[in-house]
Amino acid sequence: MMKIKTRTWSCLIALAAGLVLRPVGLMAGDSPAVTNEVKIDNFCFAPQTLTVPVGTTVTWVNKDDVPHTVTSDDQHFRSRALDTDDRFSFTFSTPGTNNYYCSVHPKMTGTVIVR
Amino acid sequence: MDPERFIPEIIFLVPGINPGCVRSGLQTNSKLMKNTPNQITETRPLAGDADQIDPNLENDGVDRRGFLKCMAWAGTGMLWTISGGVLASKILSPPNAAAADNPMGGFSFVQISDSHIGFNKPANTDVIGTLKQAIAKINALPAAPDFILHTGDLSHLSTPEEFDALDQLLKGVKAGRIFYVPGEHDVLNDNGKQYRDRFGKDSKGDGWYSFDHKGVHFIGLVNVMNLKPGGLGFLGHDQLEWLEDDVAPLSASTPIVVFAHVPLWTIYPDWGWGTDDSAQALSYFKRFGSVTVLNGHIHQVQQKIEGGVSFHTAMSTAFPQPQPGAAPSPGPMKVPAEKLRSVLGLTSVNYIQGAKALAVVDSTLAGA
Repeated sequence: MMKIKTRTWSCLIALAAGLVLRPVGLMAGDSPAVTNEVKIDNFCFAPQTLTVPVGTTVTWVNKDDVPHTVTSDDQHFRSRALDTDDRFSFTFSTPGTNNYYCSVHPKMTGTVIVR
Repeated sequence: MDPERFIPEIIFLVPGINPGCVRSGLQTNSKLMKNTPNQITETRPLAGDADQIDPNLENDGVDRRGFLKCMAWAGTGMLWTISGGVLASKILSPPNAAAADNPMGGFSFVQISDSHIGFNKPANTDVIGTLKQAIAKINALPAAPDFILHTGDLSHLSTPEEFDALDQLLKGVKAGRIFYVPGEHDVLNDNGKQYRDRFGKDSKGDGWYSFDHKGVHFIGLVNVMNLKPGGLGFLGHDQLEWLEDDVAPLSASTPIVVFAHVPLWTIYPDWGWGTDDSAQALSYFKRFGSVTVLNGHIHQVQQKIEGGVSFHTAMSTAFPQPQPGAAPSPGPMKVPAEKLRSVLGLTSVNYIQGAKALAVVDSTLAGA
């Protein structure tokens, strides 16, 4: 059984740090953060678990300084290698839980729950 | 019957400095070799002080003092220096002198790793320049190495241009052949087809192979393909079957050198620094008297000796990575510009005929 706790914890810390460091100019009343985007940074998918309605197109953006991929565990969606600032999008048309990982750094995992 | 095992201990005969001491035969978490500035150079002639030598007759009946005596008898003087926190040694009698007389004599080779041609971020905006420095260092060695091993991540993004550039650069190395194994950055998008076409012509499966050189058996393994979600490096069933058959006919006294990109022992699983099914591979080497494992991937030196197998990872020629857990992620680590060359480097390996262990020595791109 792989040890995932520390990995998850460090991804949560990275996500929290990102939220704390949001630009000061974003006040209450501005539009909320984009809910169908996953940011890849520091070897993490953030948010690690994303829940979206059926029919949503999710976009992954690589903000890390090394390439990553987005590869579903069952291989039904997979991106090319994404360099810094590259994007990958996939439209989820059926409900379910989609576990995915980075095929280059397989300890990086994420989930898209489609309701 | 077990072959005689002779596993020398690596000792640091410099008073007050203890970068680490790896003891043979014991499971150990290797002490990290920190690349901190250190200007001390110490010359220890073999007939010199023995104050700090502890008698240790475990395992093989030869203690440290006896080992040094054997080395002296064999006509090998070692000059040890510490520079930038990395131990370096020069053999005072040329290792290839014996090779000239005896085709089965000693030889040396060099390991480089993680050149990441195509990387251009702040950690190093000139990976071509630093690779050229590594090549210059190899070309300045007193005796040309018989060949070079590149333990993967030749390129950063698996593009034809990056592979071309690497190929061209390595034409400038004064060595025999260059042998490669792929890193995960070399097999992006095409399951390694470009890599195998260019660098793995005589290989099997995903790019594994073996060859013999002056009585030593070399095995190149691929552990960066078909990686499982949440997993580490992975060898796979086909490769393991091939490996078992490959070593089966060898006598137990054949020295073995295994090279692969991702470490074949578990260094830091959270960062993927290990190989899920390496235990099975290592089981095939149990009966051999001398096994050396050379890896890359982590862009720093880590070492371990366990059960007669010496494990060693090399520095990158492109950029350093943090020590395990010392940063949020294992990505490229920025250091001050003047420090970069001291955290990049290469590894020289000497095999002396009849010796059971190979001398593995790292040197950085800084200094002499």
